[in-house]
Amino acid sequence: MNTLARTAMKRAGLPVPAPLERHEPGKPVARGPVLAGGAPCGRLAEPLEQVLRSVGAHVVRESEPAGDGPRFGAAIFDATGIADSPGLHRLLAFFRPAIRALAPSGRLLVLGSRPEDCEPPRERTAQRALEGFVRSAGKELRGGATAQLVQVAAGAEGAIESTLRFLLSARSAYVDGQVVWLEPPGEGTVAIPADWERALDGKVAVVTGAARGIGRAIAEVLARDGAHVVCVDVPPAGEALAAAANEISGEALQLDVTAADAPQALTEHLAERHGGLDVMVHNAGITRDKTLAGMRSELWDAVLDVNLSSQERLNDALLEGGLLRAPGRIVSVSSVSGIAGNRGQANYATSKAGVIGMVGALAPVLRARGATINAVAPGFIETDMTAAMPFATREAGRRMNSLAQGGLPVDVAETIAWMASPASGAVNGNVVRVCGQSLLGA
Amino acid sequence: MAQPPRKAAILGGNRIPFARRDGPYAHASNQDMLTAALDGLVSRFSLQGERMGEVVAGAVLKRSRDFNLTRECVLGSALSSDTPAYDIQQACGTGLQAIIAVANKIALGQAECAIAGGVDTTSDAPIELNDQLRRVLLDANRAKSAGGRAAALMRARPRQLVPAIPRNEEPRTGLSMGEHQAISTKRWGITRAEQDEWTVGSHSKLAAAYERGFFDDLVTPYLGLERDQNLRPDSTVEKLAKLEPVFGGKGPDATMTAANSTPLTDGASLVLLGSEEWAAGRSLPVLARFVDAETGAVDFVHGDEGLLAAPLYAVPRLLDRNGLALQDFDFYELHEAFASQVLMTLKAWQDPVFCRERLGREEPLGAIDPEKLNVTGSSLAVGHPFAATGGRIVATLAKLLHERGSGRGLVSICAAGGQGVVAILEAAA
Repeated sequence: MNTLARTAMKRAGLPVPAPLERHEPGKPVARGPVLAGGAPCGRLAEPLEQVLRSVGAHVVRESEPAGDGPRFGAAIFDATGIADSPGLHRLLAFFRPAIRALAPSGRLLVLGSRPEDCEPPRERTAQRALEGFVRSAGKELRGGATAQLVQVAAGAEGAIESTLRFLLSARSAYVDGQVVWLEPPGEGTVAIPADWERALDGKVAVVTGAARGIGRAIAEVLARDGAHVVCVDVPPAGEALAAAANEISGEALQLDVTAADAPQALTEHLAERHGGLDVMVHNAGITRDKTLAGMRSELWDAVLDVNLSSQERLNDALLEGGLLRAPGRIVSVSSVSGIAGNRGQANYATSKAGVIGMVGALAPVLRARGATINAVAPGFIETDMTAAMPFATREAGRRMNSLAQGGLPVDVAETIAWMASPASGAVNGNVVRVCGQSLLGA
Repeated sequence: MAQPPRKAAILGGNRIPFARRDGPYAHASNQDMLTAALDGLVSRFSLQGERMGEVVAGAVLKRSRDFNLTRECVLGSALSSDTPAYDIQQACGTGLQAIIAVANKIALGQAECAIAGGVDTTSDAPIELNDQLRRVLLDANRAKSAGGRAAALMRARPRQLVPAIPRNEEPRTGLSMGEHQAISTKRWGITRAEQDEWTVGSHSKLAAAYERGFFDDLVTPYLGLERDQNLRPDSTVEKLAKLEPVFGGKGPDATMTAANSTPLTDGASLVLLGSEEWAAGRSLPVLARFVDAETGAVDFVHGDEGLLAAPLYAVPRLLDRNGLALQDFDFYELHEAFASQVLMTLKAWQDPVFCRERLGREEPLGAIDPEKLNVTGSSLAVGHPFAATGGRIVATLAKLLHERGSGRGLVSICAAGGQGVVAILEAAA
C-alpha cells in the first residue's frame, strides 16, 4: 500500500493494515524469543518443549515487562491442564503481560483439548471456553499478529510438530482466530521429513485449476517444498498452464475435471507416469453468481459439478484405484462463503459447504487408509477474480477482518502445504479458514 | 530389408492451434511459435532443464537471420541450453523429414531422446530486398573508395524499392501449386462434388475429435486461440458448392475452391521421440514406434507427372521394402494439400493402367477403407503451416495407434518441387 493511501486511511479513521511477514526458505520458524507456559498438569509440556527445541527457538519462561525487553515472536500456552472455569484465569495471567510484548506478525497460541473428548463436564466447559478467548485475542492483536487454538486429542501429543511449526511461522500469515484439532494419527499417516524446508521431497502432488491465481500459488509452494507437481487445468487455459508447470519444473495436464472420462484419464496418467500420487489438491472452482430467483439451472449445475461433484468422482477413482500412497493427502478448497453463505452465491456456497461435508465424511475413511483429508476456506484473497469486483464491495471484503486486509494466494497455498505435509497425519477432517479472521461466518 | 538396431519410440507431441494467415498469429514470428510449441511439449513431459539428444525442425518460409532458428528456440525454451539443434527444410515434407532424421539417430543409438517438427508463418513473411537493389548495395559495400561507393549507389532506381515477396509458385514452371494440382485434378477427372464432400468430411471429423477431447494432450492454446481457426464444424456440401473456383481457370471444369484447397496458415508442431529405454526410465508410455520411411520425387518439369504425385511412387516402394500391402494398415494419414490430391492418390492406386505403366506393378495397389483414412480430419480443416504438418500428423497417428492398442499406420505428405515423404508407424503394444 502506498503512503498516500495509508495517510488517507488514517485520516478517515480506518484501521491501517500492518504488513504481514511471509515465509521465505531459510527463515526461522520462531521469529523472536518464544514465551512458553502452561497450566499445571498439562499433557503437552514435554511435547511442546521438544518442538521448541527442534525449531531452535529461544524459549523464555517469564513474561518480561513490555518496553525495552526483546519482543516475543510468539507466546504459547498449554491449557490442557485447565479443568474448570476458575482455572481459565491462568490465561489472563499468562497473556495479559505478553500481548503487548508480541512482535509484529507475532503468534499467540493456546493448546487445549477437544471439548468433546473431555469426560468431566467442568473440564469440557473450560476447554470450550478457550475458543472465545482466542477469537477475542485475535481481534485485539495488532501489527499483523495472529491467535489460534490447537485442540490436541489424547494420543496426538507426539504429532503436533508440523502444526506448531506452521502456526508459529510466517507461513500462517493470513490464518487468524482459527481452531485446529489434531486427532491421534492413523497408522502410517505420519512421516517426519528429513528436512522440514523440503517436507514434500520426492512426493507427487496434483493441483487442479493450477494455471492461475490460487491454484498456481499452490503449485509453486508445493514445488518449493520439494513436490513434483502435476498441474491440471481445462484445455483452454493450456498456455498459462504450460508456463506455470515450466516455472516449477512440474507437469502440465490439460483436463476438464468435469468430463465424464476425467477420473479415468487422471488415474491412468498418474499410474503410468508416477505409479500413483501422494497429494491431491482440489482447487479448481468457478463462480456463476445470481440471486436465487434468477438462478438458471445451468448456472447451478456448472458450479456444483466443478466445485463439488467432480471432486467426489476424482476421490472415488483415486481411492478405488489404490493410487493414493500412504501417507496420502487430500486437500480441498472450500470458501468462507460455504461457511457464512453469501448473497447471490447460493450455488457457490452450496458447493463449498458440500466440500466441508465431504471432508467430514471421508476423514475416517482416509484415516483407515493411512491418509488424511482437509479443507481450507479462503476469505478475501487478492486474485484476478477479486480485482474485478466493484470498488466498494472489494474494499469492504478486504477490510472486514482482524488483519484489515486481503490475503494473498500464497497464504492459501502455505496452509495447504501444511496439510499436505507427511508430518501432518494428525490433521484430519479440519476446515481451516484463511481469512484474517473475517467477520463473515465467524 | 535390413532390420535397424532398434526402433525409435514416439512418446507424444505438441502443437499450437493453427491460425489462418493474418489471424491471431499475424505478429508472431517463426521463433515465437516454435518456442511456444516447444515449451508446451516440455511442460507436458516435464522436460525442464533436460538435455535432449537434439532438436530438429525447420520452416519453409524463413528469414535469413533465422539461420539457426531451432537452436534459438531451444535457447529461449525451458529445455537445457546444452541441447543441440539444427534446421532442415524440404518444403511441406520438412516436419516429417525432421522426424525421420531423429528417428534414425535414435535407431542407431546416436541419440536417446529427441524432438522434431516444424513451424511456418505466412503472415510474418520474410520480405526480401529487390534483387537489383540488393546487388547495388553489395557493390557499394565492396567499393574501396567514396567515389566508387557513390558510383555504385547512383545505379539505384526508385522501382527497385519494390520488395521481393515470397510466392507460392514453382520456380521452374511459374505455376502455383494450386494451378499444378488443377492439371492433375482434370487429368484424373476428380469432380467438384467429390472434393467438396471430402472437405466437409475433414471438418466434421476434426470437430468430432475436438469434442471428444482427442487433442487435449496434443494441442496447447496460443495467443488466445484454443482450436484451429480454420475449422468449420457446420460446413456443408451445399455451402461449399457456392464458392467460386480459384485454380484451373474459370470454366465449368474448374473445380478447386478456397475450401477444398488448404488455406495459408500459421502454426508450429513438435514430436517427442526416444529409445524405449529412455522412455521407460522416465515412465513415459510409448504411443507408437517409427518403422520406416521413404522420400520420393517426380519430374513434373520435363516429364508429365503431377507436382504433388511423388507419394504415389514413394508409398509402393515403402510397402515393398516392408513386405506389406496397401490394405495392411489400420490408419492412413494422407496430407490434404488439396482434396483432389487425396482423391487423385486413391484413384491412382486403384487404376490398373497407372499401376502397370507408372509403377510397374501387375496388380493395382487397390482401395483404402475410407473409414480408416484421416479419421480425425486433416489439413483441409486443420490448416497447413507447411513445415508444421508433419509433426501434427505423426503425433495424431501415434495417439490413434495408442488408443487402438495395436496395428499400423501410413503417413503420406506431398511437397513442393515434386517431392513426397511417406512413413510407417506401428502401435507399441
